Amino acid sequence: MSAAADTASAAPADDRRAGAPWALAAPALMLFVGVLVIPLAMTVMLSFHDWGQYKGIEPVFILKNWHEIATDPYYAEMFWRTFRIAILTTFLTAVLGAPEAYILNRMSGRWRSVFLLVILGPLLISVVARTLGWALLFGGNNGLVNKLMMSLGLIRAPIPFMFTETGMVVALAHVMMPFMVLSVWAALQRLDPQIENAALSLGAGPVTIIRRIVMPQIMPGVLSGAIIVFSLSASAFATPAIIGGRRLKVAATLAYDEFLNTLNWPLGAAVATLLLVALVLIVVGSNALIERRYAEVFR
Amino acid sequence: MTRNGPLALAFHTVFVIVMLAPIVVVCLVAFTPEGYLSLPTNGFSLRWFRTIANYPEFVHAFWVSLGLGALSSFVAVAFAVPAALAIARYKFPGRDALSALFLSPLMIPHVVLGIAFLRFFTSVGIGGTFSALLIAHVIVVFPFALRLTLAAATGMDRSVEMAAVSLGAGSFTLFRRVTLPLILPGVISGWALAFIQSFDDLTMTVFLAAPGTETLPVRMFLYIQDNIDPLVTSVSACVIAITMTALILLDRLYGLDRVLAGKSDPGR
Repeated sequence: MSAAADTASAAPADDRRAGAPWALAAPALMLFVGVLVIPLAMTVMLSFHDWGQYKGIEPVFILKNWHEIATDPYYAEMFWRTFRIAILTTFLTAVLGAPEAYILNRMSGRWRSVFLLVILGPLLISVVARTLGWALLFGGNNGLVNKLMMSLGLIRAPIPFMFTETGMVVALAHVMMPFMVLSVWAALQRLDPQIENAALSLGAGPVTIIRRIVMPQIMPGVLSGAIIVFSLSASAFATPAIIGGRRLKVAATLAYDEFLNTLNWPLGAAVATLLLVALVLIVVGSNALIERRYAEVFR
Repeated sequence: MTRNGPLALAFHTVFVIVMLAPIVVVCLVAFTPEGYLSLPTNGFSLRWFRTIANYPEFVHAFWVSLGLGALSSFVAVAFAVPAALAIARYKFPGRDALSALFLSPLMIPHVVLGIAFLRFFTSVGIGGTFSALLIAHVIVVFPFALRLTLAAATGMDRSVEMAAVSLGAGSFTLFRRVTLPLILPGVISGWALAFIQSFDDLTMTVFLAAPGTETLPVRMFLYIQDNIDPLVTSVSACVIAITMTALILLDRLYGLDRVLAGKSDPGR
């Protein structure tokens, strides 16, 4: 049954009115326009308002906040730190998550579903609880991670994890890993195992098979996973706030400070607007690039 | 299919241990008998779980979270079911734009949503109230409710509905007796996933919650910012246990891979 014919002929008689879909979607649409579109527009407008310690928010149109962000090197450094952490996190999840998804895919049915649950389950467990776990594992200079690595002879001196970018990247990579595994996993499901066998029968070694057969086919999965991980890491709040502490600010924690501590809402709104616009541009742009580059895979 | 070599299995083992380590550590430390952060080496104790009762703000935050999660996901489902039926069954101009709008909370960073809602609710005059939290959570969990309902509505066999109509069922009877029961597994899974999202949300809620309407993640976060002690690990262990229960329920009901696969690619 073709979808178009289905909707036209199978719709019950009273549904034939042209307005029916709009009538059905109207409550949700009104909710979204009223409580999502309008607040977002108000936030963008807020970023052009003035603010002073004593006068509060003044609804005038000025570029003061944008000018401050553009000229003060503090904001450049903060945004650069945000994106650096996001890029490193994305890289780490791709390098570790893609092989893990491949290994998972080669397991037998029962083990595969057990480990898939183990790896994807944390996605739904509170980020605060997961980050707390890392704070416990890092715990100062003689935390469990450092003790373990030193006793294995991997490192000589303890690595500072708490309140450093290293710690933030490790904890964020853990938080984001399920998204990467899931995305590569989805790409692997489309892969025909017979192609690997064909390559094997033609004398290709395991390295050649991975490099020439598997990698090119799962690359779209890795890249779309990377986009998700990047955009979530760049806007992450809980992990940078707990692991990074009060001094190592990223975009989300800075916006939080401006709103709830300094109370300079217009400046915080400008930071948030910039983050949103940058992320939308990056996500939409790289999506378009990937789809053009791998057009044949998506067809 | 070829099997994994020893190197691959070693990698896999380390990977799984690292993935589980932080969660396991939190749960272990929660059972410590000591007064400070430590692994329970001298036997297990429920001392820190009992201590939770002495902190009414945690207990209160738990009830706020539970009520907020249950209510917001219920409202989201109530809005999502008709919207999903409209998107699944009709081809109309603006359909793609409509579903993009409905899924947009997945794409917008939660910090930005938190700020936008804070600004909006403050100017409307309900800042910091439970109603404000409820509306905000409905928006944020809506995509999850919509997705699973949409999947169920798209995969549904329409011939049963036609049979009901030909037997004279009115549109409300049709919905109540035929359509809803058929899409119910998707609707309940959507509700459960929406509940988990609401129950766990920190980033957006931290902007909106005021004393009295703090949710559990917010309370935990504010507590951790001051100091980390075994109390917050026992609270975390409880949260993990609740999420696990919902997770297992979801897995039995719908298949976790399907639920999560819906979650993985926002915007598509």
